[in-house]
Amino acid sequence: MGVIERKLPDNALTQLIDKVVNWARRSSLWPMTFGLACCAIEMMAAGASRYDFDRFGVIFRATPRQSDVMIVAGTVTVKMAPVLRKVYDQMPEPRWVISMGTCANTGKNFDTYHVVQGVDQIVPVDVYVPGCPPRPEGLMYGVILLQEKIDKMKVFRK
Amino acid sequence: MYQHISQYTPVLLFFALAIGFGVGALLFAYLVRPNKPDPEKLSPYECGIPPLMSVNERIPIRFFIIVMLFLLFDVEAVFMYPWAVVYERIGWWGFIEMFLFIVILLVGYVYAWAKGALEWE
Repeated sequence: MGVIERKLPDNALTQLIDKVVNWARRSSLWPMTFGLACCAIEMMAAGASRYDFDRFGVIFRATPRQSDVMIVAGTVTVKMAPVLRKVYDQMPEPRWVISMGTCANTGKNFDTYHVVQGVDQIVPVDVYVPGCPPRPEGLMYGVILLQEKIDKMKVFRK
Repeated sequence: MYQHISQYTPVLLFFALAIGFGVGALLFAYLVRPNKPDPEKLSPYECGIPPLMSVNERIPIRFFIIVMLFLLFDVEAVFMYPWAVVYERIGWWGFIEMFLFIVILLVGYVYAWAKGALEWE
């Protein structure tokens, strides 16, 4: 972590600084697109003009180096799991994960040899969005929940 | 003499400001940024798949000549665009100038051709 990250005393000034940093972080959540199955279609719809994710500052990126949040949209197969983990590892901190849809949450009814039973077995998940697939409103609500979570985070405070 | 030197005080100030700003920004970023490098994160991004070969592949030298020739005519085209925009205003004089310019480049092109720079083998 940074030299002064989580090291400053908790007072009014550092609270204000944290608030500003968190505001900046939650207002520009750039997701790493990880569309794996039909949930990806809903994710694309959420990014397109009708639901317009851009107004949340959610702009999809094609590389983990520029991403803050990974939206795992769809069924994670065992073959895809190491790829997903590597892309997650390549994202810079701070990084968050939204598990989108029942397949990514739990594996759904694909309790078979080739499906990972929940993406939280590979990467730490911040927000679970239920649905099969969740509508764009659902993903939007997930992003809002993540923004609320980021708002409560401590950046420089102890 | 001293008056002349004192004229350059703003330049010196500017230098100090530029260096101060650069060092200050780096120092501030060092204090603030999260820094947790690990081998996995520093590995090249290949859509999550381990890279198959080194990024520093050796390229045949023949590409170099092609690139140089391309660059030459690329820049020529870049010069021709503004020329074409103001062509009506500069008239015949501009036409002759551009003609000479192209002839000079064409001589080089013919030379490269005669030397076999365009032969791949």
